[in-house]
Amino acid sequence: MRVLNRFFSTLGSLMLTLFGLSVLTFFIGRVMPTDPVLAAVGDNAPESVVIRVRQEMGLDQPLWVQFGRYLNQLLHGDLGKSILTSHPVISDIAHYFPATLELATAAILVAIVIGVPLGVWAAVRQGTWIDQTIRVVCLAGHSIPVFVLSLLSLLVFYAVLGIAPGPGRQDIIYQDMVPHVTGLLTIDSLLDGDYGAFHDALAHMAQPVLILAYFSMAYITRMTRTFMLNALNGEFIITARAKGLSARRVIWRHAFPTVAVQLVTVIALTYAGLLEGAVVTENVFSWPGLGQYLTTSLMNADMNPVIGATLLIGTAYVLLNLCADLLYRLWDPRVK
Amino acid sequence: MIFSLSRAWLLNETPSTRSQAIWGRRYRLWLGLRTNPLAMLGLLIIVVVLLLSLIAPLLTPYDPGFQDLANRLASPSAKHWLGSDELGRDIYTRVLYGGRTTLGMVIAVVTLTAPIGLLVGCIAGYTGGILDKLLMRLTDIFLSFPRLILALAFVAALKPGVESAILAIALTAWPPYARLARAETMQFRNSDFIAANRLTGADPMRIILHHVMPLCMPSLIVRITLDMSSIIITAASLGFLGMGAQPPSPEWGTMIATARRFLFTEWWVPMMPCIAIFLTSLAFNFLGDGLRDVLDPKER
Repeated sequence: MRVLNRFFSTLGSLMLTLFGLSVLTFFIGRVMPTDPVLAAVGDNAPESVVIRVRQEMGLDQPLWVQFGRYLNQLLHGDLGKSILTSHPVISDIAHYFPATLELATAAILVAIVIGVPLGVWAAVRQGTWIDQTIRVVCLAGHSIPVFVLSLLSLLVFYAVLGIAPGPGRQDIIYQDMVPHVTGLLTIDSLLDGDYGAFHDALAHMAQPVLILAYFSMAYITRMTRTFMLNALNGEFIITARAKGLSARRVIWRHAFPTVAVQLVTVIALTYAGLLEGAVVTENVFSWPGLGQYLTTSLMNADMNPVIGATLLIGTAYVLLNLCADLLYRLWDPRVK
Repeated sequence: MIFSLSRAWLLNETPSTRSQAIWGRRYRLWLGLRTNPLAMLGLLIIVVVLLLSLIAPLLTPYDPGFQDLANRLASPSAKHWLGSDELGRDIYTRVLYGGRTTLGMVIAVVTLTAPIGLLVGCIAGYTGGILDKLLMRLTDIFLSFPRLILALAFVAALKPGVESAILAIALTAWPPYARLARAETMQFRNSDFIAANRLTGADPMRIILHHVMPLCMPSLIVRITLDMSSIIITAASLGFLGMGAQPPSPEWGTMIATARRFLFTEWWVPMMPCIAIFLTSLAFNFLGDGLRDVLDPKER
């Protein structure tokens, strides 16, 4: 019964948050400075046409009626049409999203592999120069905007050293050569058996992925350090040490498992943050993903894609938050 | 009122007045902070950057908008310390004036959001019940939005510019403060001194404003200092994506956006504002980290 209760209250808050998201995006779409009717019919249209089109678009209705219609459209997966690409927003998003997903997923994997051991190391060597160095590296990661690091990396590795490929997701010779299966270029090229294309895709991913990974790593490392410090102060660690266990065994088999669950939540949140960080990175690296789509539409005052992409990223964010929360409840016996 | 601000007076173990106790506590915190070299470095950089932006007109003979087309993209020299940009404007001058815009935005966001977050959090934590549920649900909704994306969409809907950028960032910046203040308030809302206060007939608003809020300040200050750098970065990112301060007004992010096409040829044009952003936000992070160690030792 209590589990069911919990489930419904979580579901309720999820619905409420998503509802809040749709209210916000609705108003963002309404307060824009340009009149959508004039944008559709042109400045010189006669008054009667303007009035007719306004009625057709439903913009003469009271706000709550308009909002109801908007919600109805959302629930049917209709995000309107993009003026710029003249495709429905939903199919545009389906086209651009895999590129962002590939970037963010690769970045979070790198961040976990480097960040977690680094955090553990810093905690074990608390107060030494190792801890201080890791601390400064992480603080720097919190202090530098993504686009600054991206520009710097392009300058050094592409322009000066010439060891990295330039912006973009593929070299021009591989353009449209890889059959579209999942939309993830690395996987598609492997499925196709085209190792040249696979290698090319990996090379293009290296810079944006490493940069995004650095930012996530900064956060993951810091949190790992904090959690580990708490765990290492526990009495069970003193017991384990007193039993004469090796330092490695104490750290990885006794202390680390107790923080693993907390780390999962941190990683889920970081992953959500990556979807957002990708917007700026994609802009610098001309990465044809959701962020690029969002900013290009913004520049052209094309509001439907902006709202669609905001909704999608917002929803992903909310769902990941929820996942983190659920995993924490399921896996950590202390919560019960 | 005795103003004998001596070390002994400040460190007196048995302060005789309330102000002596308060200042003594502050002085001890300062002594604690002073032992942290990174925090002191951060503080130093912040003070210098603040001063430089305040007295910018005295430090440079140029106007930030003054164009000298004959002198485009000049490399750093005695005449132009950090070189000149694509319209021959002095980059040193523009970085100085850009600090005014950026720091101004940060200060505006914090003065807008901190009181709101504090008030919402304290009221929710103190009153509890249905009001608490309602306010926290609202906070959760805002908290679960991606910050930059929401700010972008919001600015695009209003009108790109400094004012909308401030509003947009403020809209997404207050919820963490509310959460924090609520958690702090919950800790001592049932303590004796609050109960004593209630017995003397103080109304809830008075208790919240005079007794609860001041106790939430230390952790809030830490949080704000650490948040400053993320506000700077969000503001600069908005500028970089063309949604913040509009050219030709000097703002670090905007300057980088307009100068990024010279990255491979005249690298100093986009890199100077990059360095300014990095130094400033790093300084806030150093200071915040140090402040946390002093004010909030359990969070270390």
